[in-house]
Amino acid sequence: MWPRLEARPERSRLMIYLTPLIAAGLTGVAGVILFAALGHDPLRALHAFFIAPLSTGFGWSELIVKATPLVLCALGLAVGFRGNVWNIGAEGQLILGAICAGGLALWAGDAKLPWLLPTMVLAGMIGGMAWAAIPALLRVHFNANEILVSLMLTYVAELLLGYLVHGPWRDPAGFNFPESALFGPSAQLPALVEGTRLHVGALFALAGVGGIWLLLMRAFIGFQVKVIGLAPRAGGYAGFSQARVIWLGLLCGGGMAGLAGMVEVAGPIGQLHPQISPGYGFTAIIVAFLGRLHPLGILLAGLFMALTYLGGDTLQIELGLPRAVTGVFQGMILFFLLAADVLIHHRFRFGRRPVQPRGGDRHGRA
Amino acid sequence: MDGLDGVVALLVAMIRAATPLALAAVGELVTEKSGVLNLGVEGMMLVGAVAAFATAVMTGNPALAILAGMLGAMALALVFGILTLGLLSNQVATGLALTIFGVGLSAFIGQGFIGIPIEGLDALHIPGLSDLPLIGPVLFAHDPLVYASVLATILVGWGLYRTRVGLVIRAVGENHDAAHALGYPVIGIRFLCVLFGGAMSGLAGAYLSLAYTPMWVETMTAGRGWIALALVVFATWKPGRVLLGAYLFGGVTIVQLHAQGAGLAVSSHLLSMLPYLATIVVLVLISRDRTRIRLNAPACIGRPFRPSH
Repeated sequence: MWPRLEARPERSRLMIYLTPLIAAGLTGVAGVILFAALGHDPLRALHAFFIAPLSTGFGWSELIVKATPLVLCALGLAVGFRGNVWNIGAEGQLILGAICAGGLALWAGDAKLPWLLPTMVLAGMIGGMAWAAIPALLRVHFNANEILVSLMLTYVAELLLGYLVHGPWRDPAGFNFPESALFGPSAQLPALVEGTRLHVGALFALAGVGGIWLLLMRAFIGFQVKVIGLAPRAGGYAGFSQARVIWLGLLCGGGMAGLAGMVEVAGPIGQLHPQISPGYGFTAIIVAFLGRLHPLGILLAGLFMALTYLGGDTLQIELGLPRAVTGVFQGMILFFLLAADVLIHHRFRFGRRPVQPRGGDRHGRA
Repeated sequence: MDGLDGVVALLVAMIRAATPLALAAVGELVTEKSGVLNLGVEGMMLVGAVAAFATAVMTGNPALAILAGMLGAMALALVFGILTLGLLSNQVATGLALTIFGVGLSAFIGQGFIGIPIEGLDALHIPGLSDLPLIGPVLFAHDPLVYASVLATILVGWGLYRTRVGLVIRAVGENHDAAHALGYPVIGIRFLCVLFGGAMSGLAGAYLSLAYTPMWVETMTAGRGWIALALVVFATWKPGRVLLGAYLFGGVTIVQLHAQGAGLAVSSHLLSMLPYLATIVVLVLISRDRTRIRLNAPACIGRPFRPSH
């Protein structure tokens, strides 16, 4: 007999926190099946993917290095997603942040400038915000879908970066490789722990968690975002402006993604080249959902998703599997999460259908 | 004569560039008409492309390869249907998940197929017509999928507006509660429309990897799935205009490529931005007329349906 889906009288708080764990567990199970089907020892593969990367202190530092841009991007996206503003162009906004901050660093060269790093942070955020302002403007004034516009701009941003490092910003001493000169010492983020790539960008991510928490949980505008996201009409009656929520959502998303771009080029990379991000801006969408659009949840989810990048590397080294396995795992996690989320508003019932009071399910899921 | 040959080559290239856009957009149009927004077109196209290419390499049979492309993309559409229609997940988020998963899965499967050459699809030779001067090479010397895209558009237009099935699909998309009250299986109809959209995306992907550029490259769709989504809005959900829009975008792509080829003194990176910028411009021009969008968009698009009894 098929189980039946029955609406819960109110959403389950337990399930809100449980479904990300269920999703991670199901992804592990699916991983076992996938590896077994490919003819690998599933336990060894899972060990290589999830455990081996964290067996050394260096592994942990790399985890934080990878989690930093993910958390930064996802924090900004969460502001938009809560208000039903679908910015999916964080990747492009990250690239613009990297271009603006990187341009400043290249201009400064080897000069010793104490104000350079703070200015680069600002430039990165402004670059990302400017890129995100385009879909905001077009959505508010011309009703253009922000999903498509922000995504199209990601392709444009990638091409812009390609143009710069192939053309005007190419390192003259770089043997014609499409990359810029290395940034000077005063344009590099200082390391937190000597001998690792861990840099102060990680602290930016922590500060971001605090800042976005204040904005979403303690500021009136955070409440407005939530109301507009859950019930736009109710928000309208309360006098909350949808346009303001759209602007806020996209500018936060762009600013944080731009900061992530700055952190990447001034931190682990140290120059501009065409592949500055392995899709952090897209993975951050998964991080935001897995973290339940809550800053603390995003911090944990960011660390977990960073593991999928490290795990993909280890699998490639140990079992010779393509790195794309990371993308497969990331997609599966989001699938399982979305599937498991049905349990927040519904429960499964077996047996015969009881007589129901009229009315039925009134939950409009966002 | 050289100039004329150039024009013929340009038109042929434009039709070829438009074909994957038309195929994917017509499929998505049917999905959206039934009230479901599937943002996973890009992911489905990629899986379709890699499935078709892998099958072509292993069997050498183009028909089988096309079928594999359609089935591969339909498998992804099936997951989307189960999640959004069965488990009532958010359609926007699920569509994004589909694209993220499709990008990863296609790269994973395609790893072993990079750099392998295959023979592209053969052009259909129509006796008499293909040999006509000018018109022959422009209109009657294409591979079967080019004709399939035109035929599919005509069939979808006829099916949606001239048949009972089409009427039911549109009813489900406009008002699922009323359609349900009349006894139509809303979920089942939507499921079939989602699968149709998947099959067409797969066909579009297969066209890319078998005919347009017969090889496999990671993320070879380069945003065409998203452009197809924009085309549906551009066409205000009308099949004929989808085809028109596809040719328009095919034209932009080709003019841009030819400008690069002709050695125009602008960076190829900047020229390559054109199709994406054109998409934004077109989207703005169409969307600014809110009434027109509201009148033409299926009223229930993106809204989950669960029969209360």
